[in-house]
Amino acid sequence: MPTPVYLDNNATTRCDDAVVQAMLPFFTEQFGNPSSMHAFGSSVGGAVKQARASLQKLLGAEFDHEIVFTSGGTESDNMAILSALEASPGRDEIITSAVEHPAVLSLCAHLEKTKGVKVHVIPVDEKGLLDIAAYREALSEKTAIVSIMWANNETGTIFPIPELAEMAKEVGAIFHTDAVQAVGKIPLDLKSTQIDMLSLSGHKLHGPKGVGALYVKRGVRFRSLMKGGHQERGRRAGTENTPGIVGLGKAAELALLHMADEQTRVAALRDRLEKGLLQRIPSCFVTGNPAERLPNTSNIAFEYIEGEGILLLMNREGIAASSGSACTSGSLEPSHVLRAMNVPYTAAHGAIRFSFSRDNTDADVDRVLEAMPPIVEKLRALSPFWQGADKAPASFNPVYA
Amino acid sequence: MWDYTDKVKDYFFNPVNAGVLETANAVGEVGAISCGDALKLMMRVDPETEVIEAAKFQTFGCGSAIASSSALTELVVGKTLEQALAISNQDIADFLGGLPPEKMHCSVMGYEALQAAVANYRGEEWKDDHEEGALVCKCFGVDEGMIERAVRSNELTSIEELTNYTKAGGGCLTCFEALEGVLARVNAEMVEEGLIVASAAYTVGAVDPKTLKRKAKPSAAVGASPVATPATAQKSPVISLEALEKAAAATEVITPAPAPAPSGAPRYTTVQKIKLIEEALEEVRPFLKKDGGDCELVDVDGSNVIVKLTGACVGCQMASMTVNGVQEKIIAKLGIPVRVVPVK
Repeated sequence: MPTPVYLDNNATTRCDDAVVQAMLPFFTEQFGNPSSMHAFGSSVGGAVKQARASLQKLLGAEFDHEIVFTSGGTESDNMAILSALEASPGRDEIITSAVEHPAVLSLCAHLEKTKGVKVHVIPVDEKGLLDIAAYREALSEKTAIVSIMWANNETGTIFPIPELAEMAKEVGAIFHTDAVQAVGKIPLDLKSTQIDMLSLSGHKLHGPKGVGALYVKRGVRFRSLMKGGHQERGRRAGTENTPGIVGLGKAAELALLHMADEQTRVAALRDRLEKGLLQRIPSCFVTGNPAERLPNTSNIAFEYIEGEGILLLMNREGIAASSGSACTSGSLEPSHVLRAMNVPYTAAHGAIRFSFSRDNTDADVDRVLEAMPPIVEKLRALSPFWQGADKAPASFNPVYA
Repeated sequence: MWDYTDKVKDYFFNPVNAGVLETANAVGEVGAISCGDALKLMMRVDPETEVIEAAKFQTFGCGSAIASSSALTELVVGKTLEQALAISNQDIADFLGGLPPEKMHCSVMGYEALQAAVANYRGEEWKDDHEEGALVCKCFGVDEGMIERAVRSNELTSIEELTNYTKAGGGCLTCFEALEGVLARVNAEMVEEGLIVASAAYTVGAVDPKTLKRKAKPSAAVGASPVATPATAQKSPVISLEALEKAAAATEVITPAPAPAPSGAPRYTTVQKIKLIEEALEEVRPFLKKDGGDCELVDVDGSNVIVKLTGACVGCQMASMTVNGVQEKIIAKLGIPVRVVPVK
């Protein structure tokens, strides 16, 4: 078995060795509760403070107390939306996009069903760009919160978040962004924006799983989700996950150090893979918006074949990626993101996401470029739709549709 | 990652009979690209004997869809059309050593393609009533469409009945609210259509889910799905402990149960009976002990076998299933019907 090639970094990243080293003492000798008065607690409290400062720096936040540590991206998203609804009397509408993560979309669907909240889902075009006119139209004095992701997890497409936040401010709505995929991959400077809240997750930036944060701009009305102790200035009760927080702090520090590498070398690896695959394989195309995209993500739709088969064959070659296909998720519909972009079913099912990190090398790209053409060819030979590279797809009329 | 059997993987990585069969005279096309599944089955049927001489497939779909299609072609070759039509989707899944419940629809697609191909050969038009909804019960792979059909065709109005007919809810029961939602909705529609009276209809909140018993041990890779008979709801699902089934299977090999006497049920003296019952219990015991329980024989009174469950079996929610399993085992051993009665 050759060395594995991991290209699924939007799903999760390898926890950096330096992060693990930074965390270890907080499981053993540094076990104190940061809320305690004694020395055991106060030294841990200092480490939490330092982690908060590292995150502040990565986000370009004005104050360190704007960072609230949570259990991860999903909790942060839930916290932001539920808080905004509770803290905005007279406003009971949410604006979000059609391509959000389920952490936002299924919460909105739940609130719509059980709490009578009106949810505006802003569509995207075939490149995954937000319909700004529809967004402007939806904004009103009734809007409690706008929650729109900074970068899409499947296609990497980046939304113009600072501009969208300014528009939300014109109607006095709270603006939240799920930046789980953006943090650590693109430079941020929150203090110069109108963004009120931002979610991030540790394990997407080479930190540990089970820890994340919500940025809450100073002065934004906030209602806690978890009731209990006074931790995080009363905004998130529960004894701090100190090893996780310290790990996230270290990961933030490293992300800032590697930001330039991510923007240049990693982006070049991605571009070389993408170009190479498009050259070598007929009938495939890049989904999303290549012009405004995370440096690490490429989503390529291979027409007339299905994603799970591709992934299984890739896995046999030791290559890990992910797919927007229905069959890999247990649902019958292909990716809601690709469907929102009107990617045809014939292609959406065969969409493969390659997501890089600073751990990847040129050799990884070579391996994938070599492995992919025969995999696609093998599956196309089995497909009833495929007639050959220069031929139209076979007409095929199954009994039920 | 799905928990595919080695056979599924083998048939996916090295599919047999893939491609176009130029001489096909029976072609079935099912599925839809929107569902991410489509299968074209091509067969060559000898017009004289109606024997399927060759079969090939083309599939757009996931690993298990490709494996199911390939398995299907292996299953049909050499069979007559009549024999082939008797192949169920469960047969396809079994051939592959089982499919995960979420993937049972792949074997259903194979079943349907076969039906469609035979219809095509005979110049008939094949219509399927198969529709898929969201998977509700993940333990047994039961989707919304199957629940709705079972409720409608059998006028089911309780969760217990629903579980008996479809197995849905017989496992972890995390789907309870979804189940009762579907049942209440379909019942309300049936009331409106005059199929059942309003007082019989199930309403949400009518049952405390804590009172519902676990019916069987779900086994993801064994293909426990009731999709096996898509057209008809199962009337009496087999309820038994998987472990006891295994025990029964194991002993069948080593000591076959006494063959029933030609004149009817075997006759035993009470001592012979007790001896055989003890033997049956002995075989079951390791499986009970593994879960920290045990079962001892107290008395035999005619066809009633009085037992006492001990250890972890006491107060266990599965105790009634254990008793059922023990009963099955004893019946298998004796060859006569008995009733196992547990005492405290």
